[in-house]
Amino acid sequence: MSESGFEGKAQVSPGGEHEPAGDVTHGGTAPTPSAVTPPATRPGQGSDMFGATFGSDTSGFGGLVKSKPAPVASAKPYGGWFDEATDALEAAWPGFGENVLRVVVDRGELTLHVKPAAVLDIARVLRDDPNLRFELLSSVSGVDYPAEETRLHAVYHFTSMTFRRRLRVEAAVTVEDPHIPSVCPVYPTADFQERETWDMFGIVFDGHPALTRILMPDDWVGHPQRKDYPLGGIPVEYKGASIPPPDERRSYA
Amino acid sequence: MSTYATERETTEGTVYTVTGGDWDQVVSGAGDDQRMVVNMGPQHPSTHGVLRLVLELEGETVTSARTVIGYLHTGIEKNMEYRTWTQGVTFVTRMDYLSPIFNETAYCLAVEKLLGIEVPERATTIRVLCMEINRIASHLVWLATGGMELGALTAMTNGFRERELCLDVLETITGLRMNHAYVRPGGVSQDLPPGAVEKVRELLATLEKRVPVIDELLTGQPIWQKRLQDVAYLDVQGCLALGVTGPILRSAGLAWDLRKVQPYCGYETYDFEVPTSDLADGWGRFLVRVAEIKESMKIIEQALDRLHPGPVMVEDKKIGWPAQLALGSDGMGQSLDHVKKIMGTSMEALIHHFKLVTEGFRVPAGQVYTAIEAPRGELGVHAVSDGGTRPFRVHVREPSFVNLQSASAMCEGGLLADAIAAVASIDPVMGGVDR
Repeated sequence: MSESGFEGKAQVSPGGEHEPAGDVTHGGTAPTPSAVTPPATRPGQGSDMFGATFGSDTSGFGGLVKSKPAPVASAKPYGGWFDEATDALEAAWPGFGENVLRVVVDRGELTLHVKPAAVLDIARVLRDDPNLRFELLSSVSGVDYPAEETRLHAVYHFTSMTFRRRLRVEAAVTVEDPHIPSVCPVYPTADFQERETWDMFGIVFDGHPALTRILMPDDWVGHPQRKDYPLGGIPVEYKGASIPPPDERRSYA
Repeated sequence: MSTYATERETTEGTVYTVTGGDWDQVVSGAGDDQRMVVNMGPQHPSTHGVLRLVLELEGETVTSARTVIGYLHTGIEKNMEYRTWTQGVTFVTRMDYLSPIFNETAYCLAVEKLLGIEVPERATTIRVLCMEINRIASHLVWLATGGMELGALTAMTNGFRERELCLDVLETITGLRMNHAYVRPGGVSQDLPPGAVEKVRELLATLEKRVPVIDELLTGQPIWQKRLQDVAYLDVQGCLALGVTGPILRSAGLAWDLRKVQPYCGYETYDFEVPTSDLADGWGRFLVRVAEIKESMKIIEQALDRLHPGPVMVEDKKIGWPAQLALGSDGMGQSLDHVKKIMGTSMEALIHHFKLVTEGFRVPAGQVYTAIEAPRGELGVHAVSDGGTRPFRVHVREPSFVNLQSASAMCEGGLLADAIAAVASIDPVMGGVDR
């Protein structure tokens, strides 16, 4: 497993001591006032390896390793080429200060959280600026964080073939106003992938040439990858059969 | 006009819904200015699986081609959120069912990056070994199905015959022909069984003789050449705009192979070439894929020489699968020695085993994206953890799904028969497209 070689400083490793770099908040500890508003705590953070918090754990394996939350925001210097790339982006894009909400460096990967309206602008700069040259939009997908107000995140993975770098851009919207400009005019490859994200999460990509469902049937109701959408238990058109959701069948966790 | 074909008025003019036997009446009645929309698939022997093509034709020329997908959507990404990280392997292996080892490895690399663990060297070598055998098998299926779609039936029989040899070897190693669930977070599920190395060497010796047969059969064959040359053209610019990677991009002249440019699993230490072509058509893709089979054989050879004894799973007992699996008379299962130990001598080991198998291990919160070079291009896994025992979200960037977007660009303006060649040259696997 040799990833790019640029390890972020805010590396989280189980079993080892974890020294966060810069402005990192710990789950459960006093909230660190940050320049930007950190999202609400993510579920499940701060518990032990096997989730045991009391003396009832007889295996001896509980309570050995603390699970650390992911960093909420990182401070400069980010390390490696991250500074070079973010500086180049800042120089090439006047809207950087206004639109980039926070920068996260975690596990050797760079994430830019941007305002939804700025996605198309940043995509164009990332592709066209000679110091950035992110020629390929590898992936567009979504993540649903129900604990946050802007719970629907659209996640873009850019690849620079010239510099052999990867960069993640994340934009978060609410369920009530799930609008993000489509990056299809800049990266035509986003066509299918934005349709899938619309299909699965209900994020509306304004300016997409034909934003229709792609994997689910055209008349499907709801967006299956949202966290409040059950798995199974949906009436299917087959002889009145219904399947209980796996999370209601049996569980050990 | 017709007593058979139903007709209705639309904003685009009169639309006839035609089925077999109605053609004479429609052709005589509709006049010269006709536009024909042909539905092809999802159950059609030439669409490479349950792919549906909606083609607009003027005579034999395709003026518009649209792909309709989703017929094989099984909600794998959603399902994974309800199972442990280890169980996720059994889901991803079923996505692109022609490259299961790649799906598993990409997923496990993502989980391991989230965990921040290093996999033992032997496990990595076994992964490389299995991936390259799998790449050969996958390219052989492409050759077989693509050949069948273009009418080269001997390519089909030969391709499937050789592919079965590869699957036999994978079955020896993993216990299953397909859907192996062999690569696990932290390593691989079990060490190579006795005799596996010899079987791989036998396979190499057989392929050494039989891969040149593909050349003899097809490369010089005029019909095969004419079906592929100057068909389904897509240059580098088009590839990058449409996000196309893998053999299609390399056939357009760009030597972009993640094994070389962003190495993982120690590929930087292997000696192999990245075959390219500057033809940017179906013929170039054929040449690149056949050359890749030969390069994969080189990598397998080297991987065999590096199989030094050692563990195949991480030492960390809170992550590594607690049992040494063994092949019994009823398939793969817990080794009897391990069962004896946990049932008879150590209650703690039993509890640990139970907790790890049923509940799973916790993965520190965060998100990662790992990408590997699958037979069809960049296979990326975006994994998000909330610190729990189950994935919070796993998205797979499937090369089949992304590459399929190029079908329109390759088909439009060409002949109907060339649309088949175009889709075949993309090599989409619908299990991966729809997930």
